[in-house]
Amino acid sequence: MSTAEPISKAISRSLGRSIAGPAAMPTQGWVWTALLIAAVAMPWLFYNYTTHRHSGFVVSMLSQMGMMSILALSYNMLLGQAGLFSLCHATFFGIGGYATIHFLNLAGAGSLPLPLELIPFLSGLSGLGLAIVFGYMATKQRATAFAMITLGIGELMTTAALMFHHFFGGEGGVNSNRMIDHSLFGFKYGASIQVYYLILAWTLLSALAMLFLTRTPLGRMANASRDNFERVQFMGYDPRMVRFLQFVLSGFFAGIGGGLYAITYEIVTFDALAAPLSANALLMAYIGGISAFGGPILGAVLITLLQSGVSLMSNSWLVYVGVLFISMVIFAPNGIMGLVEAHGPIVRAGRFGRLLVPYVRVLIPGLVMLLGFVGVVELASFLTIGAAQGKTLVLFGSKIDVHAVLPWLAAFVCLIGGLFWFRIEAQSFGRVWDGLMSELKPQRSAA
Amino acid sequence: MEIVLVSLLNGLVYGMLLFMLASGLTLIFSMMGVLNFAHASIYMIGAYLAFTVSQFTGFFPALIIAPILCGLLGAAIEVWGLRRAHGNGHIAELLFTFGLVFIIQRVVQMTWGMLPMPYRVPPLLDFPLFTFYGAHFPAYRGFMLLVSAGMLVATWLLLKKTRVGLIIQAALTQPQMVSALGHNVPRVFTIVFAGGCMLAGLAGVIGGNYQTTEPGMADAMGPIVFVVVVFGGLGSLMGCFIASILMGMIQTFAVVIDASLLDLIKPLGITLSGDNLFTEFMTVPVARIGALLPFALMILILLFRPRGLMGTRDT
Repeated sequence: MSTAEPISKAISRSLGRSIAGPAAMPTQGWVWTALLIAAVAMPWLFYNYTTHRHSGFVVSMLSQMGMMSILALSYNMLLGQAGLFSLCHATFFGIGGYATIHFLNLAGAGSLPLPLELIPFLSGLSGLGLAIVFGYMATKQRATAFAMITLGIGELMTTAALMFHHFFGGEGGVNSNRMIDHSLFGFKYGASIQVYYLILAWTLLSALAMLFLTRTPLGRMANASRDNFERVQFMGYDPRMVRFLQFVLSGFFAGIGGGLYAITYEIVTFDALAAPLSANALLMAYIGGISAFGGPILGAVLITLLQSGVSLMSNSWLVYVGVLFISMVIFAPNGIMGLVEAHGPIVRAGRFGRLLVPYVRVLIPGLVMLLGFVGVVELASFLTIGAAQGKTLVLFGSKIDVHAVLPWLAAFVCLIGGLFWFRIEAQSFGRVWDGLMSELKPQRSAA
Repeated sequence: MEIVLVSLLNGLVYGMLLFMLASGLTLIFSMMGVLNFAHASIYMIGAYLAFTVSQFTGFFPALIIAPILCGLLGAAIEVWGLRRAHGNGHIAELLFTFGLVFIIQRVVQMTWGMLPMPYRVPPLLDFPLFTFYGAHFPAYRGFMLLVSAGMLVATWLLLKKTRVGLIIQAALTQPQMVSALGHNVPRVFTIVFAGGCMLAGLAGVIGGNYQTTEPGMADAMGPIVFVVVVFGGLGSLMGCFIASILMGMIQTFAVVIDASLLDLIKPLGITLSGDNLFTEFMTVPVARIGALLPFALMILILLFRPRGLMGTRDT
């Protein structure tokens, strides 16, 4: 039995619906305009008017969000739009970063007469070049085999980065100076706020370009070959070529992201192309939602926030992200964006009020369950990792003895009790939801 | 000469360890079409569990108990996780096992800490089995060979000679038909998944003290096992076996070869000078790029034979 047919069916099922079409876009336009305005204004909200300084933490976090958005969006060109599960996306991000460091060094030495603003384009081209080489190999296959080949490519590049010192600089990485004294607009890019606006501009450009690509015949054919590649073949297209082009273009955008990374941090080590970053791209795109164009941006913003917020407080933030991810895979395959969009018809029909009480009823046991889960995870991690670091668990201003029975008991009762309570409430929520949906159905078919 | 013999034996030991992991992965893949990314994580859990159990019972009971625990864990993952994800399609299943990797990684760190465990070879097997040309061959490696060969024979007998094996084989290719004949195919899936996890657990028990039992061991083993499965051809146990042994040999032999690409072309009268990326690439000794070879080989075989060594189908 060929596995091809179930896979293509399954993907189309898992995606539920295709990328929001051009007709759906203008109604969402104001959301993205608001987001852009927020991104422009955000550094000034945290501006310290007495010292006349921007908050370094906020600016660097926003910069990180910008490049991660590009990474996640370009990843979604593969996973969401072409149904390709790639595990080497960071390779192109990283190679863009490494190349940019070398470009910056060349430009600093005066042998590359290019303004800093245009260097990310060169980074993109480096990503594109490598993606042509690896894409030729990887896109021979699809689905599972594609995933494994990309895994191999990712590992190959990571080990190579540690071995060849001339280009990659070994474990120490390569570094440079972004102040090359050559700019289109006369900025020096010494301050991180200037770099942030450069990143924002490139993020906007790349996002628009990627949005445009979803509406080209290539983008449409990528969707089609994701849903049913055999039919695409019958229509006379070569699905492999579609995969290849999509892969190469996504490598280009990932390279741009890497270039911005290099410009921001002025140092690139093998972390920039290693597997954890590839996994991060996947997590961001999937948790945000791969069926909507803006989902990966949402995911990038959210994960970056979590990364810089929760990881400071907790050793085990990867457990939370992992559990969130797995629950998404099982219960909400369209990500957060998919959950939000599912409410669309109900809100439009003005029936959202009827969901409020069920939501509150689900939320309470959900919070109890979450509290119990966080309790168990934190207690366990303070027992081992925290003890090794010499930390103690402090909650509400008082120390908690992780060896005592009471905290463990409380956490487990919360977790298990909350779980059962949540299941009961979730069932009644499901009934209300289904009822609303069946009420709306006749209206929608009549319209 | 002695280097060749010692490397040959070590390569065989490592190759058999790889095969124990890769065979479970291949079985699961060819049956359910699911690539279990968490397979190497189960291997890690096997090693940790063996360490903990062996502190209470000694090594040999742990050799039995830890794989069984891993099998139960695998069954739980299949029934409560994978089966639910299955409803959302194949990519969702892949993503599910991929998410498990993170969780298992952190849970292991949370339970056993970040430091390597003092999981050692049992004293009973801690002696040199034989010595040639002054090099010792530890008895434990002989034991590893014995266990993995025994496992290989047992799996082969189970699949080829028993009724259960027949049903499993039939369900590999014709799940609908097997289901129509009244067999519980989902349960067969659970059994196969649990069995694969058991093999991974067993590999963990005997591999944990051969290598180091530490939180990074899954990340170190995982990619190599995937390379083996792709190289051998997705879904082919025989190809998987050949690829495992080959990769084991390559990994052990690469360490002792001090030649480089330049040595290969030197007889042609070509010399390189200067200090650039190309010279570095040509003069780096094989011993240093040993870790890179499996991945390079995988890419090579995929270029010329996309379905792998003995693969029967494109995916």
